[in-house]
Amino acid sequence: MEKLKVSNLTKIYGNNTDKALEMVLKGEDNEQIRAKTKQVVGVREATFSVEDGESFVIMGLSGSGKSTLLRCINQLIKPTAGHIYLDGQDLTKISSQELIEIRRKKMGMVFQRFALLPNRTILDNVGYGLEVQGTARNIRMSQAKEALNLVGLKGWEDYYPKNLSGGMQQRVGIARALATNPDILLMDEPFSALDPLIRQDMQDELLELQKKLHKTIIFITHDLDEALKIGDRIALMKDARIVQIGEPEDILLSPASDYVARFVENVNRSKALTASAVMVKPQVIVYPKDGPRAALRLMEKHGISSVFVVDREGALIGYVLAEEAAELAEKGQRELDGIIQNDVPTALPDTPLAELLDVMAYTKIPLAVVDEENKLKGVLVRGSVIAGLAGERRDWDE
Amino acid sequence: MNSIPKIPLAKWTDVALNWATMNYQDTTKAISDFLKGLIVGLQDSLIAIPPELVIIIVALLAWWLAGKRIALFSLVGLAFIYNIQLWDETMQTIAMVIAAVALCMIIGVPLGILSAKNQTAHRIITPILDFMQTLPAFVYLLPAIPFFGLGVVPAVITTLIFAMPPIIRLTDLGIKQVPEELVELGKSFGSTFFQMLFKIELPLARPTILAGINQCIMLSLSMVVIAAMIGAKGLGGVVWTAIQQLKMGMGFEAGVAIVIIAIILDRITQNLGKAHNE
Repeated sequence: MEKLKVSNLTKIYGNNTDKALEMVLKGEDNEQIRAKTKQVVGVREATFSVEDGESFVIMGLSGSGKSTLLRCINQLIKPTAGHIYLDGQDLTKISSQELIEIRRKKMGMVFQRFALLPNRTILDNVGYGLEVQGTARNIRMSQAKEALNLVGLKGWEDYYPKNLSGGMQQRVGIARALATNPDILLMDEPFSALDPLIRQDMQDELLELQKKLHKTIIFITHDLDEALKIGDRIALMKDARIVQIGEPEDILLSPASDYVARFVENVNRSKALTASAVMVKPQVIVYPKDGPRAALRLMEKHGISSVFVVDREGALIGYVLAEEAAELAEKGQRELDGIIQNDVPTALPDTPLAELLDVMAYTKIPLAVVDEENKLKGVLVRGSVIAGLAGERRDWDE
Repeated sequence: MNSIPKIPLAKWTDVALNWATMNYQDTTKAISDFLKGLIVGLQDSLIAIPPELVIIIVALLAWWLAGKRIALFSLVGLAFIYNIQLWDETMQTIAMVIAAVALCMIIGVPLGILSAKNQTAHRIITPILDFMQTLPAFVYLLPAIPFFGLGVVPAVITTLIFAMPPIIRLTDLGIKQVPEELVELGKSFGSTFFQMLFKIELPLARPTILAGINQCIMLSLSMVVIAAMIGAKGLGGVVWTAIQQLKMGMGFEAGVAIVIIAIILDRITQNLGKAHNE
């Protein structure tokens, strides 16, 4: 279900935006607009929609307009033109009273530098959203405690922000955003101010939380690795425009422009690419009832030294090595059963390559990619993995 | 130069003052009576409390807020004032300072908020504050008399003019210094204007506003001698009498008492901001 829809959203900074807006609509570039009208274009004609429960990442370098776009959604910044629909309601057309209600009930924001109030305890910080709603004190306290438990900060209620490390402070920020149980989380580079290791922990925790809570998340970042990890879909921004929207692998594998391509060049592909992106179809498979001769012939034909064995439903049983099949064939055995090896290294389709490289380095046979029901989906051979890491387009037919 | 006639600013001022006196005297007299009741009441009650009790309370307060050293200083300083028999005058001065500072806060903090929130208000208020702070006190001391009569009320009003600007300025500054992200936090969670003010901006501006109040107290104290010229009593009155009668020793005594009060008030209020921000 569509939760949030942004259509043709434009933000121009300045006091005389009409002319500049006209130039935006005509497609003139930002620099020209600034030169001619002294107005600065923050976001131009952004259009996207976000599904309920989706994690939507907006990424770009500083000055690309991503923070402006986020702030337009909760109207911290008033857009110059365009519409924002939340559950079908146009936020650009509502009264300030309605806006306050929507901010209170439907949106929670997480800030880059945490934005904790230094004069309040952790619990009172988390309860802020409920407090402005006028929630009764005891309900507020219990809901705030619940939110703190969610982020793993039980027992820190009575401390002050300055007593906490950066990572913990941001957990408080997340708890605060969750305490009011909003539909949408607006996260403005929430982990950028943290140390790299803490950042990764926080990303993992956010993913864990999201599995439980299924919020709609709009997540801003300038870090492509982070975007690829967090995002169900990613919108890439440059010079106030959205230049590409797509799933992480779309962005990596088929960049829409040179800019995106250059952007993804430096990404650590082993983290971003999953097994399914670089796996190839198994050239041959055999069934247990196939005799060793048949298996041997297939392997010889394709010039490989091992073959996967699957049952009738396509579920992986194991693999057979050519040499052993040859021995068996000499003995005149009719069934493969005796030589099927079960210690197959496997991976799920969404396992990141980074986790598989180690295994791949030490096994002689290809890695089997299986789904949750153990059905064989593809195989990972070294060649295709290296090609994937090197950023080449995928080549299904090897 | 002679071709341009002198601009009759003095004459205009006289006319305006006369006009204001004629038309608003009733109002100002009413305000004056009201304030006089309050201030004199405060003075009388401070004098009515046994000095020993006041000394102990102040010393304890100083201990709590500013530590042992200031507590000891308060104890010795106030005992000294009591000993040189300037106690009643000191209490009168303190009552005036309290009244002036209270009025400064009541008027100054809201004006500071207005100035921080509204650019137009800020543009109007700032030059007025410059004017208030730099115009020599004597220039508005005398015109206060026709409006408020002689005595403690015009003294407090002129003190107000002199001592209020820092409160307005520092309230304005304190609110503007609230980090942008915290302002966004307040808005993004659906705070109303007053929720922003009372839950975020004022608490965070508190140390700055308290610094303004500290300044205000110091400036008020520095006005007591000048205010004595229009009939305010207290320590300023003693100094003024001593000057007129060339009694150097008496003037010095009262001067030292003012300094002691100033140090005690300054240290206590300075630490007020720190203690509560920790």
